[in-house]
Amino acid sequence: MAFKRQIDRLPIIPADAKKQNVTCHFCIVGCGYHAYTWPVNKQGGTDPAQNVFKTDLAKQQYPETDAWYAPSMYNIVQQDGRDVHIVIKPDKDCEVNSGLGSIRGARMAEMSYSRARATQQQRLTHPMVFRYGQMQPTSWEDALDLVARVTVAMIKEPGGEDNLFVSAFDHGGAGGGYENTWGTGKLYFEAMKVKNIRIHNRPAYNSEVHATRDMGVGELNNCYEDAELCDTIVAVGTNAYETQTNYFLNHWVPNLRGTSMQKQQQQLAGEPHAPGRIVIVDPRRTSTVAACEVEAGKDKVLHLAIEPGTDMVLFNALLTQIAEKGWQDKAFIAASTKDFDKALAANKTSLADAARITGLKPEDIAKAAAWIAEPKEGRRRRTMFSYEKGLIWGNDNYRTNAAVVNVALATGNIGRAGGGCVRMGGHQEGYSRPSDAHVGKPAAYVDKLLIEGRGGVHHIWGCDHYKTTLNAHKFKQVYKKRTDMVRDAMNAVPAGDRAAQVAAIVDAIKKGGLFAVDVDIVPTKIGEACHVWLPAATSGEMNLTSMNGERRMRLTERYMDPPGESMPDALIAARIANHMERVLRELGDAKYADQFKGFDWKTEEDAFMDGYHKHENGGTHVTYARLRAMGTNGFQEPATDFKDGKIVGTKRLYADGKFGTKDGKATFMEAQWRGLQAPGKEDQKKKFKYLVNNGRTNHVWQNAYLDQDNEFIMDRWPYPFIEMNPDDMSELKVAAGDLVEVYNDDGSTQAMVYPTPTAKKGHTFMLFAYPTGVQGNVVNAGTNELILPNYKQTWANIRKLAAAPASVQHLSFKTQEYKAG
Amino acid sequence: MKGCDKLVDVGRRQFLTRGVLATAGAAATAVVPGEVAAKPNPARVDYPSNRLANVSQLKPNAPMDISYPDKDSPGVLIKLGTRVAGGAGPDGDIVAFSTLCPHKGFPLNYQAADKTLNCPGHYSRFDCEKGGLQIMGQATQNLPQFTLRVAANGDIFAEGVDELIYGRLSNVL
Repeated sequence: MAFKRQIDRLPIIPADAKKQNVTCHFCIVGCGYHAYTWPVNKQGGTDPAQNVFKTDLAKQQYPETDAWYAPSMYNIVQQDGRDVHIVIKPDKDCEVNSGLGSIRGARMAEMSYSRARATQQQRLTHPMVFRYGQMQPTSWEDALDLVARVTVAMIKEPGGEDNLFVSAFDHGGAGGGYENTWGTGKLYFEAMKVKNIRIHNRPAYNSEVHATRDMGVGELNNCYEDAELCDTIVAVGTNAYETQTNYFLNHWVPNLRGTSMQKQQQQLAGEPHAPGRIVIVDPRRTSTVAACEVEAGKDKVLHLAIEPGTDMVLFNALLTQIAEKGWQDKAFIAASTKDFDKALAANKTSLADAARITGLKPEDIAKAAAWIAEPKEGRRRRTMFSYEKGLIWGNDNYRTNAAVVNVALATGNIGRAGGGCVRMGGHQEGYSRPSDAHVGKPAAYVDKLLIEGRGGVHHIWGCDHYKTTLNAHKFKQVYKKRTDMVRDAMNAVPAGDRAAQVAAIVDAIKKGGLFAVDVDIVPTKIGEACHVWLPAATSGEMNLTSMNGERRMRLTERYMDPPGESMPDALIAARIANHMERVLRELGDAKYADQFKGFDWKTEEDAFMDGYHKHENGGTHVTYARLRAMGTNGFQEPATDFKDGKIVGTKRLYADGKFGTKDGKATFMEAQWRGLQAPGKEDQKKKFKYLVNNGRTNHVWQNAYLDQDNEFIMDRWPYPFIEMNPDDMSELKVAAGDLVEVYNDDGSTQAMVYPTPTAKKGHTFMLFAYPTGVQGNVVNAGTNELILPNYKQTWANIRKLAAAPASVQHLSFKTQEYKAG
Repeated sequence: MKGCDKLVDVGRRQFLTRGVLATAGAAATAVVPGEVAAKPNPARVDYPSNRLANVSQLKPNAPMDISYPDKDSPGVLIKLGTRVAGGAGPDGDIVAFSTLCPHKGFPLNYQAADKTLNCPGHYSRFDCEKGGLQIMGQATQNLPQFTLRVAANGDIFAEGVDELIYGRLSNVL
């Protein structure tokens, strides 16, 4: 049977409950919520005077009511040391989500740390060190002293700071935030100049969208409202219904339904308007495709089920076709861009050639070109381009990214209403760091260097390579071996003899070992190999600022206490710096010690003022108090002023036609097709039978670091699913729910078969980064020239491990596609 | 108040009434300590036992509109035609669910072809053969299922709900 909570009523929010601003800390959309808290011995009532909704709750409420919350939105947490009720519910007045909550964000309360209700008991509460053969709780002073002494010892060895390897979050929400990226950034890029650093879900310190930036087009350049205003949406490698749910539901769907036409007529008067169309580029028929067909009608949805990895060819053909038809925006190209003719010539691709390589029909490519650029009664068509991991983590990232931006620029669709060429995003953003120029381009392939035995100390911040890297099988084998060497050395010396411990660790490192420090909110898979765990606070347990996919910046107010002794990452970074300074002074290196000054922050707000406020574009206009007053709608970065009690933001970038290059002109880029670019991909494709396409699913946030302790989710997905065509299943003699091994020369992993009649034969799709079956195990080590992984183009063989175990007998394997009934 | 305890359909109203008294009592207590004693409330709501239909009225895979625990909470009663976990009746195939989507309260529609309840609001799908498991969708709970009892004469009674029904903070208002 499906999991049921057996909750038949919930405490009512009293009229005088405390109300705090919250931005969902999961995906980039950043839905607005409020956290209501009140003393645990009080409750509201059904009488309108007794509840926060001023509503008679003894009556059934209507659909979309504000006066209801699900059990997942309720919990009992600690606030200022006292138990309080908490309800975290979507804010109907937030422009992002208008009261919608997704299956992920609307579980924020339930996925908070509660001793009273035993939720998220996995959370780290105290610093832990490896001692007497296992991880043992200890004090901050003790743990930080060990970290500082070993780190200092190694950066003073030959190789210096290159001996220190760092893996760090660099996003927003629970994946960083301006306070925490600044804290870690100041430590590693200012106090030190760490070069061997990588980002949370990839093996190097690099942008996933280098090309668009090099062209002068920042990747988050429009506003969510543009999806309501455009004539056509182009969605590339993004399954928005499942992964940017409320952006899709609240801004795309109204256009497809035709319900945003009034807004179009008001804001874009003097041109024809019609319900929106959508072009979806994805080798897989996703639930997004199905939802779009229901809303727009099949005739307004063009699903281009492209041969995986050939997107660049499609964009080049679109550019060619648009130019041949004369549909490009000549005035815009002349005024605001350069190198159009050059790129057009270099990227020229006929419909026939494109059809051959992409597997699409030439007439469908021509149709896409028309939907994108054919003038509507003499007026320029407005098209919004969006792309995500299907492109970003696909073949030949740099050139493919350039190719899609070329089409958007050629059609004059950047900086204008109903336009934009944007990544859809994963986490929110919240990057504020000193210059990373010393890291270089291409950046160090850190995970490869670790496999090769390089590096002596590894600081890990909110990353789990064991689940989210490529070549993961090999990585884990080597990482365990290297960290075990240090564990054995630590075991051989009494833990209380700090000097002997440090000496033993350094000695083991010199023999190939690795000392690993894991800063996280939960015990991670890679943490199992580490020697120190430092417990971090997450969003809502600290004040945290981030921006969403339309650069909308908000402050999530601290609404509960962090678990145990856990602290904001920014303050952990500061305390590491303090201890390193102390140790360096002890060693008599005052000059080096002085580099670690400036970390006397007491609160996360101190880190914010030192970082964002002082250093970011428009930051001087932004303070916590001002953000608090701006509520869940915040403002769109960059801030340009503070006027009439409000921070003034920027609705769209490049509205003045000036782009982010020295001369202000956006640059068209050459992007020539060269097949499967990453080393090893072509061979893998030839040798193994099944494409193992991969990505996210609706239910799960990121690598399930919180979901893995949530019964509602683990009941639905005890294993990662692998979608398979029923003919493939017959050939392999597997049935729904069977466990299969996915294997190739690079590694192996497991998944649960989900029959999917819409899957092409030979094409599977596996849930990415799941704890009970890591897809990255079978992704080979090949990257692009800037060390971007290509997770998507992976091939493997499949064999049966076990018939459907008891833990999946209760599951449904019916199609996930909604059909109008 | 004592008589009220015997009513089946009290739930929140009773709970609340007592809450109001307790609050007033607390204020009074401040003046005259020790006069007001707390009164016990049941730990869970008391569900009514409502007759929904007779087995003889049901045709396989043809849903019947019902409501439970009261007329403002629409639901559906289905004889699936195949035995399922949690199914009632002689064939173990009778189930009943709330038809208010637990995401935003839109009315669900039944698709006989695959025995699912589907939401036109935000595309959630629930499997009636798997206890209302959400196949896909944005609700943060599986679909509330009504607990059924089938009497010897074939009368089907609903006697409980296993999740919170959309639009009410107590399953029994």
